[in-house]
Amino acid sequence: RSCILVSIGGKNIMLDCGMHMGYNDDRRFPDFSYITQNGRLTDFLDCVIISHFHLDHCGALPFMSEMVGYDGPIYMTHPTKAICPILLEDFRKITVDKKGETNFFTSQMIKDCMKKVVPLNLHQTVQVDDELEIKAYYAGHVLGAAMVHIKVGSESVVYTGDYNMTPDRHLGAAWIDKCRPDILISESTYATTIRDSKRCRERDFLKKVHESIERGGKVLIPVFALGRAQELCILLETFWERMNLKAPIYFSTGLTEKANHYYKLFITWTNQKIRKTFVQRNMFEFKHIKAFDRSYADNPGPMVVFATPGMLHAGQSLQIFKKWAGNEKNMVIMPGYCVQGTIGHKILNGQRKLEMEGRSTLDVKLQVEYMSFSAHADAKGIMQLIRMAEPRNMLLVHGEAVKMEFLKGKIEQEFSIDCYMPANGETVTVTTNPSVPVDISLNLLKREMALGGPLPDPKKPRTMHGTLIMKENSLKLVSSEQALKELGLNEHQLRFTCRVQLQDPHSDTDTLHRIYTHLKSVLKGYTIQHLPDGTVMVESIVIKVSSSTEDPNTKVLLLSWSYQEIYIYL
Amino acid sequence: MLHVLYLSGVILLFVSLKTFPSVSSFHVFQYCLSGHPTLPCNVLKFKSTTIMLDCGLDTTSVLNFLPLPLVHSPRLSKLPGWVSKDGTLNLEKKELLDLSTIDVILISNYHCMMALPYITEHTGFTGTVYATEPTLQIGRLLMEELVNFMERVPKAQSATCWKNKEIQRMLPGPLKDAVDVWTWKRSYSMQEVNSALSKVQLVGYSQKVELFGAVQVSPLSSGYSLGSSNWIIQSHHEKVSYVSGSSLLTTHPQPMDQSSLKNSDVLILTGLTQMPTANPDGMLGEFCSNLAMTIRAGGNVLVPCYSSGVIYDLLECLYQFIESANLGTTPFYFISPVANSSLEFSQIFAEWLCHNKQSKVYLPEPPFPHAELIQTNKLKHYPSIHGDFSSEFRQPCVVFTGHPSLRFGDVVHFMELWGKSSLNTIIFTEPDFSYLDALAPYQPLAMKCVYCPIDTRLNFHQVSKLLKEVQPLHVVCPEQYTQPPLTQSHRSDLMLELQPPPMPYRRCSVLNLPFRRRYERVYIMPELANSLVPSEIKPGISLATVSAVLHSKDNKHTLQSVPKPPPVPPSKKRKRVIEEPPVVLAPKPLLSGAVPLEAFLATLQKHGITEVKVEETADGHILHLQAEDTLIQLEEDGTHIVCDNNEPLRTTLRDLVLRFLQKL
Repeated sequence: RSCILVSIGGKNIMLDCGMHMGYNDDRRFPDFSYITQNGRLTDFLDCVIISHFHLDHCGALPFMSEMVGYDGPIYMTHPTKAICPILLEDFRKITVDKKGETNFFTSQMIKDCMKKVVPLNLHQTVQVDDELEIKAYYAGHVLGAAMVHIKVGSESVVYTGDYNMTPDRHLGAAWIDKCRPDILISESTYATTIRDSKRCRERDFLKKVHESIERGGKVLIPVFALGRAQELCILLETFWERMNLKAPIYFSTGLTEKANHYYKLFITWTNQKIRKTFVQRNMFEFKHIKAFDRSYADNPGPMVVFATPGMLHAGQSLQIFKKWAGNEKNMVIMPGYCVQGTIGHKILNGQRKLEMEGRSTLDVKLQVEYMSFSAHADAKGIMQLIRMAEPRNMLLVHGEAVKMEFLKGKIEQEFSIDCYMPANGETVTVTTNPSVPVDISLNLLKREMALGGPLPDPKKPRTMHGTLIMKENSLKLVSSEQALKELGLNEHQLRFTCRVQLQDPHSDTDTLHRIYTHLKSVLKGYTIQHLPDGTVMVESIVIKVSSSTEDPNTKVLLLSWSYQEIYIYL
Repeated sequence: MLHVLYLSGVILLFVSLKTFPSVSSFHVFQYCLSGHPTLPCNVLKFKSTTIMLDCGLDTTSVLNFLPLPLVHSPRLSKLPGWVSKDGTLNLEKKELLDLSTIDVILISNYHCMMALPYITEHTGFTGTVYATEPTLQIGRLLMEELVNFMERVPKAQSATCWKNKEIQRMLPGPLKDAVDVWTWKRSYSMQEVNSALSKVQLVGYSQKVELFGAVQVSPLSSGYSLGSSNWIIQSHHEKVSYVSGSSLLTTHPQPMDQSSLKNSDVLILTGLTQMPTANPDGMLGEFCSNLAMTIRAGGNVLVPCYSSGVIYDLLECLYQFIESANLGTTPFYFISPVANSSLEFSQIFAEWLCHNKQSKVYLPEPPFPHAELIQTNKLKHYPSIHGDFSSEFRQPCVVFTGHPSLRFGDVVHFMELWGKSSLNTIIFTEPDFSYLDALAPYQPLAMKCVYCPIDTRLNFHQVSKLLKEVQPLHVVCPEQYTQPPLTQSHRSDLMLELQPPPMPYRRCSVLNLPFRRRYERVYIMPELANSLVPSEIKPGISLATVSAVLHSKDNKHTLQSVPKPPPVPPSKKRKRVIEEPPVVLAPKPLLSGAVPLEAFLATLQKHGITEVKVEETADGHILHLQAEDTLIQLEEDGTHIVCDNNEPLRTTLRDLVLRFLQKL
């Protein structure tokens, strides 16, 4: 499950608020006492962002907002806002009504919680307050899944939630621009897997279903009502159509039709192909897939049933599983990842005897197949995302430690950036080195750009000089002259004069001219001017000549320069 | 003559443009390319970026052509030399600007993008077009419809020689006087539409789009139609708001975002209501009652309209109205090649809808009730009058179809079919065309005619309230808005009255917008920032001298520390100093303040300079350091040290003087 707290530029943001499916006690919710021991969370959090509607990302939301207490804004995309309360209610029913648990949130709490939700559009820059802004990107994974870019001043963090870098049958691929965040927080569910091509996996899946049906077996596919289910339905629907199969396909719970409705109304969140053709043919109107009734489970003959929930930890899928587990002709296909402690996880690990409630045991004889259909990015996808966003640091979450360790090594090697993988409850501190934005006077900038020429010369960098005025919150860089003027200060001229005597029989004017010609020949590259008022200027050093009153052959050279002059030795 | 016009089909207007000398990049210029205030086309030059704001297509010129019937109409083709009585053709060709230099086009709503193919195709345009997703999708439908209307009618041959000046002179009526008809263009093809739309980049409301690092543009909800937007064009220190086709009424789109328009230096105001005196709600009521009256009397109702926009509101209104008015059995037909797509697309843009409609999607229910009208068979849609429609069609009925100009599209057929009976009614709801001109070629007409234009865009009252709220420094608007309408010259409330007065523009005018850019954003790199030493010069004001290397790349400026010069072999040092131009060393700061005499003397004493003769002058004092034979001239705004050939002394004196002065 995911629940991450980010402190950036003095702002505290909670990313996702998930629930652990493997636990039945307090441990299933995040430990909010990390944030505050007493008092409401509102004072400590600037906002909460939910990446998508899976319960391991939003399951603890009503608990946090209504039972612990949080009244600030909660951001999620429109589809997430639409679907998340349904899944929460669904889950609440299973836990409270069926298992009779107390100390759980109520229906009213879900409603109250959803009132605090502010919907988020893709790519919209939302100003949470004057300093904190967030922006959502498309993440694939499930309908409405988003990655978020969080920015305070010049520091930023990207949180991916769960994402998928390859388009599938109903969703597009995740995308982000080169936003160069200080930290990229990525899920790493499939940190080590490089999954084989999608097409192979699909063919494999269809083959297994088909074989089972052919020998008269029943196929159970535990799924979550929304997401993978729709993709597999599209897959089976087209296969049934093509092969002209007659065996019934059912979808459990009343959620199906509703779920498909969401897909129809949020079609802009699906992939290109579905979006393009939806006017002619809506992919989410199925011909072969019908609603399931509990009594059908005992019907003779082959059938395929999609049942919720996906990890076989409760509800209808578990009931059907118990009924069918004893027959080796039957098959269960687990199309997604299962959390430790769930029955799904146990049977995938080869456990053939399951302890059920009431000390009974269940012999598992049916075929157990695992098909990785859950749309997470694999190692390749994670690397691809890093290449897209170009983060300065990487933080891996939502994965298994050993696998993350491997990926961490790969990332550090390929991108030479620091990679962190904190355990639950651990804090990682990343120091950023932001540049300081300043307003430069256009006069100074233009002057500098004109002097600098069109192309910078790496050998001779031009130095620019100016004065930075710091006043309240504004930083202005202006020329020193302008700074004096703006602050109403007088310039104080500091000048130096030095007298040099020399013997020269010529007239003052001639002496000056001789000096001028001499300097011209010696000081190449300097600006030397002979001015009509009887002075010679080397850059801005003034040279004057006068005769001594006693001896006309003794000339007195007056050299005068200002403090700002750079010393030149003659 | 007229025959020629008929055969040549509908020719749409456009301005042709050519090179204009390049403009200084630090000024903001605005070019206006369209004379139609609700179909704007402006070009903004802002910080070396050339931005086109909308490219509306003025189709009012089609009123100069005869209707294009789907089937040959003997009556229409026999009509001798009809032309509209007061065709408004004031377009002129002007060499203003090279279209290939346009960097980006910002689209505000789907009505304002119909000229896009003329600009992006065959002009050398290589830029990007920005629009929201609903604008793109519905805009595509409207263009597709237009192309379809044009292409499906049989045109025996097309003629262009009437555009020749000699021949034009012999044409009747206002056509003879029409200026520059050679700028009228043929309608574009679907291929050109697709190519033009492939250049569109989708944006969401409040998304910040960086253009070349120099300018940031961002669309805001304008409340007028699905995905309609106003645009903010800004840099770190300047902000231009482009307000086009906005509405404060609660119809289906997301409400207008007003607060983001605040703090604008310039606000460009276009797309106000074309019907400032007609109240949209009142018009809607009139629409319903006239419709009901006609149906009850056994007549048919024809509503010429665009395939998206107000039609959604009309259908929603009828959805609530038909039960109470006992019209439950009357069929409603929506006929357009894109009718189905338009109805379907309207349901999938939850993010772009008003709050009420959004919450319906959460249930999940379709946001617009026309889904239910279709489900219950009360509303049927057909791509054209051919095919299924002719067999399923029942009367009396209500038909929604295009084009509102009555010059092409299926509406032409219904005019022919129903025009002769006084039982039938045509109700005009679109404000873009004069209904009298639209009807002219069909006269004499027996059918009733009702004009209830529904234009939800801002009226003058709303706009002055809005401007009071957002307080832009300057307002720029079409000149039409600065005077009352010609027909109602006494209505001084039908114009913009602002202080300072708005800057009016007219077609093909170039405006220099009043900007005084004084600052630009620059980033000080962390290393340099750490090395700065600020000193407080006044309470709350600190100064720091900055010496840095300026790097400018992609219109972004950064300041970095001056790199240390590479060490030079000591033997060559002297030579190098002389032969090479002066190496700029760390500069000396400017000085400020004054050197106080008593304190300075005391300091001198501390440093062993005791024999000082002080002489008072007009501006200050002259200190004669007798033992050292050195003069120091102390004045309010300057210090002059005259010291011969004694470098150590000069340095000491300099440092002592500096102690009393502020450096910046």
